[in-house]
Amino acid sequence: MPSGFPTTLLLEQLLNGLQLGLMLFLLASGLTLVLGIMDVVNLAHGSLYMLGAYFAATLARVTGSFWAGVALAVLATAVAGVLLEVSVLRQVYARDHLTQVLATFALILVFNEGVRMVWGPQALLLPVPQELARPLPLLPGLGYSAYRLFLIGVGAALAALLFLLIHRTRLGMWVRAGASNRAMAQALGVPIRRVFTVVFGVSAGLCAVAGGLLGPILAVQVGMGEEILILAFVVIVIGGIGSVKGALVGALLVGIVDTAGRALLPPLFLRLLSPEMASNLGPAVASLLIYLLMAAVLFLRPQGLFPVRT
Amino acid sequence: MRTRPFLVPEARRIPVTMPQGVGVGVRLAAAGILLVGFPVLAEAFGGRFYLNLVTRAMILGLACSGLNLVLGYGGLVSFGHATYFGLGAYTVAVLAREGVRAAWVVWPAGILVAAFAALLIGAMCLRTRGLHFIMITLAFAQMVYYGMVSLKQYGGQDGLRAPRTDFGFPLGDVALYYLTLLLLAACLGILWRVVHARFGRALQAIRDNEARAVAVGFSPYPFQLVAFVLSGALTGLGGILMAHHAQYVSPAMLSWQQSGAFLLMVILGGVGRFWGGVVGAAAMVALEEVFHAATIHWQLPLGLVLLVVVLLAPRGLAGLVEGRPR
Repeated sequence: MPSGFPTTLLLEQLLNGLQLGLMLFLLASGLTLVLGIMDVVNLAHGSLYMLGAYFAATLARVTGSFWAGVALAVLATAVAGVLLEVSVLRQVYARDHLTQVLATFALILVFNEGVRMVWGPQALLLPVPQELARPLPLLPGLGYSAYRLFLIGVGAALAALLFLLIHRTRLGMWVRAGASNRAMAQALGVPIRRVFTVVFGVSAGLCAVAGGLLGPILAVQVGMGEEILILAFVVIVIGGIGSVKGALVGALLVGIVDTAGRALLPPLFLRLLSPEMASNLGPAVASLLIYLLMAAVLFLRPQGLFPVRT
Repeated sequence: MRTRPFLVPEARRIPVTMPQGVGVGVRLAAAGILLVGFPVLAEAFGGRFYLNLVTRAMILGLACSGLNLVLGYGGLVSFGHATYFGLGAYTVAVLAREGVRAAWVVWPAGILVAAFAALLIGAMCLRTRGLHFIMITLAFAQMVYYGMVSLKQYGGQDGLRAPRTDFGFPLGDVALYYLTLLLLAACLGILWRVVHARFGRALQAIRDNEARAVAVGFSPYPFQLVAFVLSGALTGLGGILMAHHAQYVSPAMLSWQQSGAFLLMVILGGVGRFWGGVVGAAAMVALEEVFHAATIHWQLPLGLVLLVVVLLAPRGLAGLVEGRPR
């Protein structure tokens, strides 16, 4: 048995982690702003992701093009997000977190069952677009999926765009002001309500980007939203609520720790422990690694890595 | 405690009263008689179906009353109470798998496991506040969930059969009904004493204004931790009962959806109202059954009704039972 893990495996896991992290960031950035600015716990954020994926799968089939499908799905989900904000979420801004958790938990039930009624219980198929459906030789001996590389590219580009939007534009300034102190920003004339509707629409659109692009890798099915929602919450708690920078760092941390843990811990345990214990313990520790990370961060820095609130 | 809280004599003088408001005592007695006589009634009409339904409602009511202690009286939004529920239930199944089925061993063991988990998790989570408390309780619940899923010898993802524990006589559905009723009544009695004792009043004072409670000499941490452990133990007892009821345990009992459902039931019934957990659980079971009978897409109307209740009736349904607003 050779000592140490082969570098190609390490690199591949790193890229997988980067890809998961960047997709998580698309969800977490919206979630953190919604929570940061309006102090609303929106569990239905994952439902928008699911809706985006279903829209993308359906529209891709109708239009015959993956790209047109995803683009239209982003628009449709952004509209759905704005409608959701105006119709339901506005009612719970002034209420406590518990009410918000419950109202949006009820929304999850409605969305999941609604999707099941429209699309049926089977998972939808969203094929990888033809032009990216092959491995690219990165290093000798390491072929990496072109589609996953594309996801990394899109994620990085959108992250950069979001940073420009938030740090270089007037809208971004309002968003930052709202996240750090809503009452003060409002007193100084920032139209928080309208800014928030825009933020909600944009974050819904980003959910759809993640949902549509992850569609070919993960299954498009009811319940997909909740799985990733919990991860997104872990990300923003680690990063600090309201901070887009924190969301990026948190998302990359979670993505890489989760992927690396799943790939590297079981073989590591196999060396240290008996095979029977290792096969039990490896996957368990791997899947709770990110929650350990979150608990540790909350323990040491209760406000997250990049605190925003004043 | 370092400083002697000067509120103690005053708090001691507040008498422990029965539920107030016209007719509440009558309603309580009527509910008691109805529940005691219900199995006979059920046998005459729908058979075992309704008996099992009411048993389920009472079990969930017990678990939710436990949650309501920290959620309503402590003001702590625990998004991880499925952990204690699931651990109680899993204790029954795991001990049965290991060959231990004596009720006098299994029941205390289940409650102890749940209480000990609540002690460990509560001790860490209670250092945080607000939104972070919600998230960190969820994080620990997820850890327990994934831990249990990975234990392949105890069923993993598929769950585990949980044969009923050995009381020395066969525990049928009717006997389980009365056992549940008895335990629910006993636990509600304990909770009534707890929330009206000095301890409960201090807990509520801390919830209402922590700074003021600290200023008069109540240190929040021990009160909240004791409440958290008691709450976990009661919810764990609910889990033990649920394992007996379903004769099967699965990781879904530990899932965050289950935690969310508990929160939903308590708010449906009324947060921080004594009957909130029981009323909410009963209402939820009834709603589920009604919609389930009407359509396979029962979650849609259920979600809409819950949304309307949350938006329009923030105090929940328990006001109808308690008789007057708090």
